[in-house]
Formats: sequence, C-alpha cells, structure tokens
Amino acid sequence: MKLVLDLLIGDAQSDRVVPPTGIAARLTVFVAGAMAFLAVLAVALTLTAARVADAWANELAQAATLRLPVGADDALVIAALNLLETTPGIASARVLSDAEQAALLAPWLGADIGLDELPVPRLIAIVAEDQGYDAAGLRARLTGEMPTAVLDDHGRWRAPLVQAASRVRLVGWFSFLLIVAAMAAMIVLAAHASLAAHAQVIRVLRLVGARDVYIARAFVRRFTLRTGLGAIGGVIIGLLALELLPDADTAGGFLANVGFEGAGWLWPLVIPLLAAIVGFVATRAAAMARLRDQT
Amino acid sequence: MIELDNVSYGYRGQPLFSQLSLELAPGSFHFLTGPSGAGKTTLLRLCYADLQAQQGQVRLFGKDATRLDRDAVALTRRRIGVVHQDCQFLDHLSVAENIALPLTVSGRVAEAAANLSELLNWVGLAEQAHQLPQELSGGERQRAALARAVIMSPDFIIADEPTGNVDWEMSQRLMTLLTELNRMGKTILIATHDLNLIRTIKSGVSARVLRLRGGLLDQAGAEL
Ligand SMILES: Nc1ncnc2c1ncn2[C@@H]1O[C@H](COP(=O)(O)OP(=O)(O)O)[C@@H](O)[C@H]1O
Ligand SMILES: [Mg+2]
Repeated sequence: MKLVLDLLIGDAQSDRVVPPTGIAARLTVFVAGAMAFLAVLAVALTLTAARVADAWANELAQAATLRLPVGADDALVIAALNLLETTPGIASARVLSDAEQAALLAPWLGADIGLDELPVPRLIAIVAEDQGYDAAGLRARLTGEMPTAVLDDHGRWRAPLVQAASRVRLVGWFSFLLIVAAMAAMIVLAAHASLAAHAQVIRVLRLVGARDVYIARAFVRRFTLRTGLGAIGGVIIGLLALELLPDADTAGGFLANVGFEGAGWLWPLVIPLLAAIVGFVATRAAAMARLRDQT
Repeated sequence: MIELDNVSYGYRGQPLFSQLSLELAPGSFHFLTGPSGAGKTTLLRLCYADLQAQQGQVRLFGKDATRLDRDAVALTRRRIGVVHQDCQFLDHLSVAENIALPLTVSGRVAEAAANLSELLNWVGLAEQAHQLPQELSGGERQRAALARAVIMSPDFIIADEPTGNVDWEMSQRLMTLLTELNRMGKTILIATHDLNLIRTIKSGVSARVLRLRGGLLDQAGAEL
C-alpha cells in the first residue's frame, strides 16, 4: 500500500530529475488507452457469449416438445398429455394454443397467416423438473404406444451449442491475454526508447551517486501513471462504445445485450489497475536491465 | 583513503599507463599535471569508479573498486566530490537544483535548502541560483560544479581542469576555494596542465605535484 501511495504521490523533486519525455510518453498513453478499449470489448463479448450460451443451454435442457402429426385428433392429444403427465420427472405438459404456434411461425411466414390453411403439427410443450426425465425411456414408450408422436428434447442442439460457447469463451480469454501481452511489449519498447533518450541524464545521476532503483523509479512512476490513466480513458470509451451498440431484444433470454452484468462490472475497474500493474512491471524490468548495461 | 596499486589502463588495447601506484592520504593536497592526452582524466575516473583498472588494484576507502556492486559504487561516489572536466549538469534543472542534486538523489532533500544558500554565497552564485546552467559563464559553471562537488561534505574532492575556460582572476578564486576546503581537512586531487596556477598557489598549501607523462607518474619539483 505504501508503495502504491509513494508511486501516486511521489516526491516532486525526484520526479524533476528526469526531464519530461516527449513522444514515448504520449505513445504510452495512446497504447494503454487503445489496449484497454480492446480489452473491454473482448471481455464484454466473452462474458456475454458465456451468458447467452448458459441461458440457451439451460432453457433447452428444461424445455422439450412433443410433436403430433398434422391433423391429430383430440383423443390422441389427450392420450399424449396423460402419458406425459404420468412420466416421472416431467413437471407439466401443455398444448400450444393456435396463437402461440402462429407466433412461432411468424418470423418465417409473416404475422397474418391463418393456421387453418396450413398443415401444421400439434405441439405439446413439456417442462421438465430440475433433475430432468429419462428421455430415452420416454421415447421407447412412445414408440410402443403412440408411434406417430415425435419427442424433440433439443439434445441435438444442446451439445454443439455448449461446445461452441466454450470455444468462444476460450478465444475471448486468449484475445484478452494477447492484448495484455501486446501492451506489455509496447510499454517495454517505449521505456527502452525513453531510457535511451535520457542516457546523458542517467549518466549525470549515476555520477552524483544515484542508485539504479532511484533512477528506475522516476521512469517507472511515469509509465505506471501513464498506462493507468490511458487505460481509464480506453475503458470509458469502450463502455461508451458498448452503450452505442444496438439493443437486442432480450425477451426470452435468447439474445442478450453485449455488456457487463452484476459481478462482471468489476472488469472495467480491474482493467486500468491491471494495465498499471503491467506498466509498472514492464518498465521496472526494462529500466533495471538497461541501467545495468550503462555506466 | 584512495590507493592505486600497480594500476594499468588503456583504450583499444593501447596502454595509456601501466604499473602506476599512488596513495592519497587523508588531508593531502595533490596536483596532477601532464600534457594534454597524457591520461589525467582517465586516472581521475579510476578514482571514482567510473572506470575499472585493467590490471592492478584501485582501493577506495579501503575497498577494492572491482568488488563494488552498482549500489556500492553509488554510495562510494557520495563520499567523493567531483568537479568534472565538462561539468555534467542537467540542463533542464536550475543552478540551485543542479548543485543540490547529490542530496536529492540520496533522499536527503530536506538538507538541501539549509546547505544551499550558504554554499551559493560561498561560491558567489546567489544571484544566479534560479538560472539554467547553460546561461552561466564558464567561471560560474566551474564554481557551480565545485559547489555541487562539496554539498555532500565529502572527505575527498577531485577536480578535473577546474580552471579550463576560465580567466586568470577566476581561476585564482577557484583555487582559493579549493585551498579553503583543504584547510578544513578535505583531501584534494586537482588535475591541471596549467603550471602557472600551481606556482601561484603552492606557497599557500603544502601540495605535492605529480606529473603524468609517457605513461609514467613522477614527482615534479625542479621546474616549479
Ligand atoms: N573513451 C575513450 N575512448 C578511447 N580513447 C580515449 C577515451 N578517453 C580518452 N581516450 C584517449 O586516452 C588518452 C588520454 O585521455 P585523457 O585521460 O582524457 O587525457 P588528459 O585528461 O590528460 O588530457 C587520449 O589520447 C584520449 O584520446
Ligand atoms: Mg582531461
């Protein structure tokens, strides 16, 4: 904590011994800002993808439909409902109304279709209890008692969806790591450039008895503050950019707004801090390595 | 205090001097003379660990200079005040800040204010304290460099051509300052090629004059 305070407040006199840097300083602020911007987007997309995939997978895991053939009569529907309600693990089963079926088809066929004119199967929505039901057993029973009914438990969709989601997550975190690494590399380069530009200043400081840590601190302090401030700017712009993305229709949890939710909001706070830490470590390593080579 | 024991040094494989021995006792006053290019600056740099002997041993305050790590070198330099041939100021700091620099970098900023005004008066730079070093005349720069060299109250003071680029009257003033320091018990080593200067000051202090020529160091006497 004391180190952080020292770093932030510093000692004005020791700061003055190294003249303000020109281009390397501004580049560092820019790089930190740009990288923080990208980091915010990468993390937001990753978190959102994970959230959406979780929602989908959960929804699909609990919901299933039983499809009865086109023109199925009411007796068959009632028999099917009976069969489903006596199956352990199924919480409820309900015939979709015409309006609900029309709503399902509306995106494909338009809102003003008459269901009567179409050969549409009757659908029964099944809601499972939390522990789930034995889909294979139910299927076997249906084959015996009701061969025309088809159980769709979305299993075919779920596995690839969950897999795709975990890939997206992996790629997202990998991008984040790359962004952090690229930022560290750029800061090391900028720190080396700055140290090289100040070789004569460093020589004078050494001649009057300055220790390496003292000289390094003057550089490290600046680069840490610059990366931290640049990153705060980048995060703010990143959050604004996320605000500007069009709102998705979140009803039904099928899509989600790209952004942060709940504990995810820690990330915009963590990113500048992380940038400052990266700036600190990278500059310190660069400075100590370079000073060791200079008399 | 400072001992050179059979020290050799040269650039690019060409030996400048070899097997050179010298002992600077506490409180002594030495002049180092010799033609330009003889190696005076090189010899002085060995004395504040800016260069390391290629052969032989340099002992600074009893410690082998080659065994000092970078931090130890820094701490040793705080005990040696150096007036460099080219002054070595930081151009973006004021004269006062440059003079206080050794205190600043040793974390003794608080002491700077107290010592500074006294020191500025001593070298006659009170008026110029807030100017930049490049705005000073040659003589003023040399006096500022001397003030910086003594601000840590070092026991040992090295001056490399402190009267170069300085008129006669000013070099007299600088020499007076250095002899004052010697009377306060400081050990002094001054490199200069100006024999007239040595002649005028020799009566005031008991100085030894060393001459570096052709890679050899000997006592000068007769021609002074
Ligand atoms: N860094 C260096 N690299 C190569 N040659 C040098 C270097 N410094 C000094 N010399 C050479 O060493 C010789 C002695 O230099 P120096 O010690 O400055 O002599 P002086 O101070 O007596 O004039 C000169 O010939 C000079 O050119
Ligand atoms: Mg010289």
